Amino acid sequence: MRRLHLPLLILFLTALSLGVFYHKVWNLGFPVLPAQTTDNWTVEARVAFEPTGGALTARLFLPHEPPGFALLDEHFVSRGYGLATGMDGANREATWTTRSPSGRQVVYYRATVYQLQRSLRTQPDYPGPADVPDLDEPYRSAAETIVEQVRARSADITSFATVLVRDLLSGADENVRLFQPGNASDRDRVAVAIELLAGARIPARMAHGLQLTDRGRDLQPRTWLEVHNTREWVAINPNDGSVGYPDHFLVWWYGDEDPIELNRAGNAQVSFAVSRNFQDAVDTAQQRAKLLNSRVMDFSLFGLPVQTQNMYRVLLMVPVGAMIIVLLRNVVGVQTFGTFMPVLIALSFRETELLGGVILFTLIVSLGLAIRFYLEHLKLLLVPRLAAVVSIVVMLMLTLSILSHRLGIEHGLAIALFPMVILAMTIERMSIVWEEHGAGDAIRQGIGSLMVAVAGYLLMINPYIEHLIFVFPELLLIVLAATLLLGRYTGYRLSELLRFRVLAGRSGP
Amino acid sequence: MKWFITPGELRRQGVVGMNRRNTQMIAALNPRSRYPLVDDKLQTKAVALGAGISVPELYGVIETNHDVRHLPAIVAGREDFVIKPAHGSGGNGILVLTGRVGEQFRKASGLLVDLDGLKHHVSNILSGMYSLGGQPDRAMIEYRVLFDPLFEQVSFQGVPDIRTVVYKGYPAMAMVRLPTRASDGKANLHQGAVGAGIDIATGVTGHGVLLNDIVDRHPDTGAPLGGIAIPGWGRLLELAAGCYELTGLGYLGVDVVLDRDRGPLILELNARPGLAVQIANGTGLLGSVERIDARAAQSALSPAERVAFVRGLAWHQ
Repeated sequence: MRRLHLPLLILFLTALSLGVFYHKVWNLGFPVLPAQTTDNWTVEARVAFEPTGGALTARLFLPHEPPGFALLDEHFVSRGYGLATGMDGANREATWTTRSPSGRQVVYYRATVYQLQRSLRTQPDYPGPADVPDLDEPYRSAAETIVEQVRARSADITSFATVLVRDLLSGADENVRLFQPGNASDRDRVAVAIELLAGARIPARMAHGLQLTDRGRDLQPRTWLEVHNTREWVAINPNDGSVGYPDHFLVWWYGDEDPIELNRAGNAQVSFAVSRNFQDAVDTAQQRAKLLNSRVMDFSLFGLPVQTQNMYRVLLMVPVGAMIIVLLRNVVGVQTFGTFMPVLIALSFRETELLGGVILFTLIVSLGLAIRFYLEHLKLLLVPRLAAVVSIVVMLMLTLSILSHRLGIEHGLAIALFPMVILAMTIERMSIVWEEHGAGDAIRQGIGSLMVAVAGYLLMINPYIEHLIFVFPELLLIVLAATLLLGRYTGYRLSELLRFRVLAGRSGP
Repeated sequence: MKWFITPGELRRQGVVGMNRRNTQMIAALNPRSRYPLVDDKLQTKAVALGAGISVPELYGVIETNHDVRHLPAIVAGREDFVIKPAHGSGGNGILVLTGRVGEQFRKASGLLVDLDGLKHHVSNILSGMYSLGGQPDRAMIEYRVLFDPLFEQVSFQGVPDIRTVVYKGYPAMAMVRLPTRASDGKANLHQGAVGAGIDIATGVTGHGVLLNDIVDRHPDTGAPLGGIAIPGWGRLLELAAGCYELTGLGYLGVDVVLDRDRGPLILELNARPGLAVQIANGTGLLGSVERIDARAAQSALSPAERVAFVRGLAWHQ
């Protein structure tokens, strides 16, 4: 068990991290790459009517779990109205009420919808076979003939509907013509199809939706046929009998009713407008997660104030930098001053940028070392000497900033962001190594520290990694798992392949 | 010589790397609670004396900056002595004074230093400059070992010492560390001292290692490093093996000096002995470690029995 403990812990952390990551990417649509945008549509229904006196009620159907879309956000603009939303059969509706309106009234409903890669719609249960309509002759026998003919040419419910719609469209059969006058609208045709489908005991319904086009104004809802194939509702195009909704088709309501119903008002006018907008993919995913009531969002970084978020953008990268240090120290065998000093230097490189940072760091440490060697002659105690080095480092930074500002190099100003105590400690440690182990060791460790800092910096500014860690902080568990794994690494360091090279070619023990 | 060695060959030779040393030896075998005993040389000295193990005589201890004024009194009348930090590591902060020239003291390197220089050095020790983690420290002034002429031809000033790596109480590998001009009289390999492997069975030196390179002669004196038989080798190994009982550390470096008059003295113990001993012996530690593991699992032995066991093996020439 003890031997398995760490591997199991690592496995658990990795699985947990990947699980949350997978859920956030696949089910909530968080973007894996930075600066991704998603297609959003803002759909607006404008309802205008004239009150006829007295308390009025206006009822508008609203989109409800439209296939292929997710409803991200909705607003109602209706001053002076009471508003209630609720379900009515397959439809969701908004009911506006007011007591004493005067003049022409306008209310708005605005929704933001997002096109899904996969539908998240929960399918309602099979409503059961439709009741055969009670038709009079000659309709009854005509309907039976049509059903018979169509059934002969179809394989299943979906193809039955397709064939039926095509027959209705061609209008060649006289039985069909009996049900449908010459130039029937889509809506009429769908109504007839539903009646005939009921003759074959197939449940069907009428759907109304909008073909979303960017900056579309005064869009007319289009009527569509849906049949239930005992597993799900299948859309049938009433114009050619093809299966499925076209792209960007937003189903608004079902049934053979108008979208608006008024009480004590008349002259209703409903118009739809659409505009497309691109939203940051992260925002979209967040909104969806909120709508899906996902637990994940309760622990999201995005709930924090922006300033705190920006701080964590930097802080979350520190474990990644620390893992690089582990890798470079324990696997490669680079020697550095202090364990995590390079991470702090790397963090300050974020502000100064790489080249400037390396130059400034080298400059300050070299100058500081020179002065530190002078201080050695004064034979000071350790803490006062450290304090003196800190003071000198601050003054050096000030001098460099003023000088570079005079010379018009703005990078020099960023020097103030270097952690000066870290610099002072680096100078102190470097001078001790210099005295005791020689200049070679000191310079080698100095360059080692700088290289590790640069490697850490390059990793920490990588926009992909920063985005991944910030949007998916659970990935830090993988970083933790990797660090734990490296904690058990007992193999050789790359530097040891050089160190023990004289043993090459000798026989074993 | 190739400029690198493959991991496969290192493994075949049983070489222990830093990572394996840190996890499987230091972390697994050395309880942290026992560290103060070896990190604090004053404590080491006290327990060693209690167990009847010989150590260099302690002249005095300076604990505070205020007490630095006692330094002249402690060294009064002493021609030669050593100032070292109680918590030093890697031989840092050890000042060896070999004699007086008027008011000045002569360092092992031959350079002169005055009393103020000594006081400053003591202050540095007290402030924690040489201690692990920069903790405030104590300075100890002790007997300077007059080294046995055995290694006279192969050392440049300073005190050569014999490092024995004791694994689970069994001496696993040993080398003699010889100061050079570059190491300033110190016997630390990474400061430029020469290490020469010692055959555990016979106590005879082999070739040497200088900064990760194999050498056959001392760089300063030119004398051959190999073929020196260490007298009383068995007793020295028993002394080293006994430190296991003393400290309870399963991976221990024991540094012994051969004094001309007083014989082998324990200079210091190290809870984190380095890996250069493998280069000096031309082979990895793992071979010995596996044999010792197999033996140690059977029964507990006395230090003398453990030494007899490792000497009977004679697994490298």
